[in-house]
Amino acid sequence: MNPYASTGSVSTVTASAADRDHRDDANGGGPGGAPEMPTGEVTRRLIACIRPHLAAFVLSFLSALISVALQLYVPILIGRGIDLIIAAGHVAFTELWPLLVELAAVVAGAALTQWAQGYLISRLAYVTVRDLRVQVSEKISRMPISFIDAHPHGDLISRVVNDVDLVGDGLLQGLTQLFTGVVTIVGTLIFMLSLSVSMAVVVVLVTPLSIAAASAIARFSNRSFTAQQSILGQVGGHIEEYVGNQRLVSALAYGGRAEEAFDNLNRALYTAGERAQFLSSLSNPGTRFINNIIYAVVAVIGCLAVITGWPSTLTVGGVQVFLSYANQYTKPFNEVTSVIVQIQTAVASAARVFSLLDETEERPDAADALAIRDLQGAVRFDRVAFSYVKDRPLLTDIEISAAPGARYALVGPTGCGKTTLINLLLRFYDVDAGAVTLDGYDIRSLTRESLRRSFGMVLQDSWLFEGTIHDNIAYGKPDATREQVVEATRRAHADGFIETLPDGYDTLVAEDGGSLSQGQRQLLCIARVMLTDPAILLLDEATSSIDTRTEAQVQAAFDELMRGRTSFVVAHRLSTIQGADCILVMRDGAIIERGTHQDLLEQHGFYASLYEAQFAGSES
Amino acid sequence: MIEILRRFGGPFRRNLLIGPACKLIEVVFDLLTPLVIARMIDEGIGQRDLTVVMRYGAVLLGMAVIGMGFALICQKMASLASQGIGTEVRRSLYARINAFAYTEIDRFGTPSLITRITNDVNQLQLAVALAIRQLIRWPFLAVGSMIAALLIDPVLGLVFIVTAPLIGAVFCWVMSRAVPLFRRIQGMLDRIGLLTRESLSGARVIRALVREDHERARFREAADGQARLSIVVGRLNSLLNPATFLVMNLGVCVILWQGGIAVDTGRLTQGDVVAFVNYMTQTLLSVVYVANLVIVFTRASASATRVIEVLDCEPSITSPEGAAAQEITPEAPAFHLDHATFAFGAAASPAVDGVTFELPQGGTLGVIGGTGSGKSTLVSLLPRLYDTTSGIVEVLGRDVRSWQLEELRHVIGLVPQAAALVSGTIRSNLTWRDADASDDALWAALDTAQAGEFVRKLPEGLDAPVEAGGKNFSGGQRQRLTIARALVGKTRILILDDSASALDMRTDAALRQAVRARSQSSSTPLTTVIVSQRISSVRDADLICVMRRGRAVGLGTHDELLETCDVYREICRSQGLDAPDAGRDAGRDAR
Repeated sequence: MNPYASTGSVSTVTASAADRDHRDDANGGGPGGAPEMPTGEVTRRLIACIRPHLAAFVLSFLSALISVALQLYVPILIGRGIDLIIAAGHVAFTELWPLLVELAAVVAGAALTQWAQGYLISRLAYVTVRDLRVQVSEKISRMPISFIDAHPHGDLISRVVNDVDLVGDGLLQGLTQLFTGVVTIVGTLIFMLSLSVSMAVVVVLVTPLSIAAASAIARFSNRSFTAQQSILGQVGGHIEEYVGNQRLVSALAYGGRAEEAFDNLNRALYTAGERAQFLSSLSNPGTRFINNIIYAVVAVIGCLAVITGWPSTLTVGGVQVFLSYANQYTKPFNEVTSVIVQIQTAVASAARVFSLLDETEERPDAADALAIRDLQGAVRFDRVAFSYVKDRPLLTDIEISAAPGARYALVGPTGCGKTTLINLLLRFYDVDAGAVTLDGYDIRSLTRESLRRSFGMVLQDSWLFEGTIHDNIAYGKPDATREQVVEATRRAHADGFIETLPDGYDTLVAEDGGSLSQGQRQLLCIARVMLTDPAILLLDEATSSIDTRTEAQVQAAFDELMRGRTSFVVAHRLSTIQGADCILVMRDGAIIERGTHQDLLEQHGFYASLYEAQFAGSES
Repeated sequence: MIEILRRFGGPFRRNLLIGPACKLIEVVFDLLTPLVIARMIDEGIGQRDLTVVMRYGAVLLGMAVIGMGFALICQKMASLASQGIGTEVRRSLYARINAFAYTEIDRFGTPSLITRITNDVNQLQLAVALAIRQLIRWPFLAVGSMIAALLIDPVLGLVFIVTAPLIGAVFCWVMSRAVPLFRRIQGMLDRIGLLTRESLSGARVIRALVREDHERARFREAADGQARLSIVVGRLNSLLNPATFLVMNLGVCVILWQGGIAVDTGRLTQGDVVAFVNYMTQTLLSVVYVANLVIVFTRASASATRVIEVLDCEPSITSPEGAAAQEITPEAPAFHLDHATFAFGAAASPAVDGVTFELPQGGTLGVIGGTGSGKSTLVSLLPRLYDTTSGIVEVLGRDVRSWQLEELRHVIGLVPQAAALVSGTIRSNLTWRDADASDDALWAALDTAQAGEFVRKLPEGLDAPVEAGGKNFSGGQRQRLTIARALVGKTRILILDDSASALDMRTDAALRQAVRARSQSSSTPLTTVIVSQRISSVRDADLICVMRRGRAVGLGTHDELLETCDVYREICRSQGLDAPDAGRDAGRDAR
C-alpha cells in the first residue's frame, strides 16, 4: 500500500507531462496531430518504397495494358462472328473457323495476362507492406522513451498494423484498378471510334448522365451516412459503457433506465440507418436504369444504322459490339470514383507512416563511449536538474551520493519525481543540468548497453510477454540454462507457485500476465533481475493490492535481491522504508529531508507527518 | 438465419414478401431485354421496318422505367425490414443482457457480449438486406437466363448447363481454400499488433535488458510470415476474375460455332445467337454473385447462432413472482448468513464456503483477506448478484430470494472494486439509483464520500462533464464519486468492496468517519461493509470477517482476532503491525 499517494499512478503523471511536452515541441508534422505532408512528397517516398521491386511493378502494368486491350478486342471478334452467321445457308464457315480460333486465343491471352497482373501486384503489395512494417517497427524501437511515453500506444500500433495495410491495399491495388479503369475507358473509346464515329459519339454523349446520376446518389447517401455514423457511434459508445459495466448496472439496479436510454438511441439509429441504407441502395438500380436507357438508345440507333445507313453504316454484329461496349463503358467510371477515395485514404495513411519514420531518433552512443564492466556501484547525482516540459522544472538541484551496497528508499507524494530518478539513471531521459555518475563516470560517456546491463529494474507494472515462464525469466539472459533459471526463481521465492502450474516453467503466459496474480507477476520480474545479477537495483514497489502471503514472498525476494547491491527503492511498505540505510523524502522535485527512519521521525517534519497519516485512521 | 427471421420477421412479413416480389419483376424485365433486342434485330432489320425498331425501343425504355420503379420499392422494403429487424434484435439482446445475473455475464464475458450486440447484429442486418435485394435477383437471373436459353434452343442451351456449374465450382474451390487462410492471416496480423503492443508497453524493460535486437528479429519473423501467407492467398484470389472471363468467353466460342451450324440449317436465327451471347454473359456474372452471397450468408449464420445463444440464455436470478415491498423492522439484523456457500461451477471448489454470521443494523462489518480469498464473492451474495449454492442469506430480516430484485439492490448500495463512471455529468452519474434526487441529497452524498470539496471547485459543479470511464478524473476522485453514487437513494446498507484503495490513508479514515456520522444523524441507520486488504480500514469495525480460501477463518473485533486468529496476525505483521500495539506505538512516536 502506498500511504502517500493520493491519486493516480506515477507513470501516468509522467506520461501526461511528457505528452504535453511533445505537443509543445511538435513542429507541425508530429504524429500526435494530423500529419501535413504534401501529397507530392508522399508519392515520391512511396515510389522510393517500390523501387526495389520496380521490375515487377512495370511488368504488372504491362500485363494490365495487354489484358485490357485483349479483353476489349473480344466483343469485336464476337460481333464479327455474328456477322458471319446471317441466315440459313448464309453462314461463312470458312471465315468462322479461323475467327473462333482467334477468339479462343485472345480470350486465353487476356485471362493469362489478367492473372499475371493480379498475382504480381498483390505480391508486390504484400512485400512492400512487410518492408514498410518492419521499417516502422524498428523505427519505434530506436525512438527515445520520451516518444513512447508521449504517444498513445493504440495510435502507434494502428500505424504498424492498419495504416501500413491501407497503404498496401489502397495504393498498389488501387493504382492498378485506376490504371486498368482508365485504359478500359480509353480503349473502349478507340475501338468504338474505329467501328463507327457517330455511334461512338452517341455512347459518349449519354455517359455523363450516368456519372451525374451516380455522383448525385453518392452525395445524398454520403450525407445520410454521416448522420448514421454519428448515431452509430453513440450507440456503440452506450453499449461499450453500459454492457461493458453490466455488473455495475445490475448491482445498482440501473438496468431499467439504461434500457430506456438505449431504446431511444436504438430508435434514432433505426430512422437514420433506414434512410442511409435506402439512399445508398439506390446506386445499383440507379446506374442499372441509366445503363438500360443507354442500352435501349444504342439498340435503336444501331438498328437504324443497319437499316438506313444513317448515322453510319453498321452490321448486326456491329450493333452487338456496341451493346456490349455500352454495358462495359460506364462501369470503369464508377470504379474509378470509388478507387480514388481508396487512394486518398491510402495517401493519408502513408503520410502518417512516413511522418513517424521522420521522427528524430534517440541520439546514438558517442563514438568514444566506454563499455564498463564489474562496477562497484557508487552512484552520484551531482546537482541534477530535469524537466519533462520546458519551463516547468520537475527536478531541481538533486544531490545524492550513494556508496556501493547502500539501500536508498525514495518516499514522497505522487508526482514528486521519484520515478524520474529511475528514468534518469537508465538514461531513458537525459538530465538538463548537472550529471549522474557511476563509479565516477558520467553516464552519458558510457555506452547505453553497458550502462543498462549494470542495472536491474523491477517496475510496478510487471511486464511479461507472451511466452513461457522460462522465457520470461530468462529474458535478460537468453542463454541461461533451466538450472540457472530455477535457481534464480528459487532465490526470488517464485518457485513455489510455478511448480503448482500445470506445465511448470513451460507454462505459457498471456501478454498481460493473464491468470497470474499481480504478486506472482512481480515475483517473475524479480526472478528475471535475479538472473542477470546486476550491480545496482532500481525497484518500484507495488502500491496495488497483493495478497498477504505473496506479499511476504515479494518482500523476502526484494530483501534477497538487495543484499550487497546499491539499491534505490520507490518505497511504499513500512518495512522497506524502515530497513533503508537512508530515506530520501521528495516533494515537488526536491529532496527535502534525508536520514534514517528514526532520524526523520525525530525531525517532526514532512516525513513524520506522512508517517502519521498512515495511522491516523486507527487512532480516531 | 432462418431462426432470426422466424422470431423477428413477423412484423415485417409484408416487406419480406413485397420486396423480393418486386425484385422478381425487375429481374423478369432484365431477362426479357435480350429477347426484345433479338426481336428488334430479326423483325426490324429483317423487314427493314423502322417503326418496328422504334416500337421495340419504346418497349425497352418502358421496361427500364418500370423495372426501376419496382427496384426502388424493393430497396425500400429491404431497408425497412433489415433495419427494423436489426433494431428489434438489438433491443431484445440489450434487454436480455440487462437481465443477466453475474453468472451469465461470467459465462459469455463482457467483450463477447459487446461484439454480439454490435458486429453480429450488423452482420445479420446486412444479410437480411441482401437476402431481400439479391437472394432473389442473382439465382433467378442465373436460372432464368439458362431457362430462356434452353427455351430458344435446348441443344445450344446445354452450353449453359456445363459452364455455369463450372464457374460455381471454380469459385467455391478458391474460396474454400482462401477463407481458412484469411483467418490465419488475420491471426498473424493480430500477432503483429501484439508484438508492437508488447514492444511499447515493455519498452523500458526491453531497453534495460538490452534485448532490442531480439525484439526486432521476432517482429521481422512475424511480418515475414504474414507476407508469405498473404502472397499465397493473393495468388489464389487473382485466379477468380481470369477464370470467370475464360469460361464465359470460351462458352461464347462454342455458341458461335454450334450457333453457326444451327443458323446454317435454319434451326436458329441470327437474333437468337445474339440473345444467346447476351444470356451467357448474364448467367455467368450472376453465378459469381450467387457465390458471393453464399459467403455473406455463411458469415451471417455464424452471427445468428451467436445472437440466438444469448437470447436463449435464461437469466439465473430473477425476482420472485408477487414479491411486494415490506416494512423493515428496526430489530431485524442487517444481514444474517447461515452456512452460505457458493461455487462458480458445479465442479469448482467453493469460492465462499459455509460462512455464518449476523450483523445488526447500523453496524460495521470489515472483510479482510488476500486476493482470491472470496471477499468480493461473499459481499456479492448480499445484493443477490450470485445465488448461494447452499445455505441462507438474509438481508434486513428477509431471505434475499424473497426480495424484489430492484428493491433489494436499491436498499444495498454497492461500490465495486473498479471505480466505473459513465459519460455524462456528475449529476447523471450520481442519480443512477434515484432519478429524482435533490441537489441537497447529492451534495450530502458527495460530502460523506469526501468528494464535496473537489466537486465544489469545478466550475460547473454537479453538472461538470464526465468522460467515458470517468477518464477526466483521477483514480481517487473516481472512487469517491462512485461511493457518493451508492449513497444517493434509499441506501440502508453500504458495501465498499475494496473501493477506497486509491485513497490515501487520511481520506480513507475521513470517509469512514463521515459514513459513521451519517448513520448516526439519520433516522434509519446505515449499515456499512468494508472489504479491504488494509488492516487500518477494518480495525475499528464492529465485526471483522477474515477470509481465506472461501472460509471465514476468523470472526470478531480487531482485538479479539489478534488473540485468536493466526491469519489475521499474519496480515497485521505484513503491514508493519508486528506486535498487537506496534502500530499505535509508532503512531504515538510520530507525534
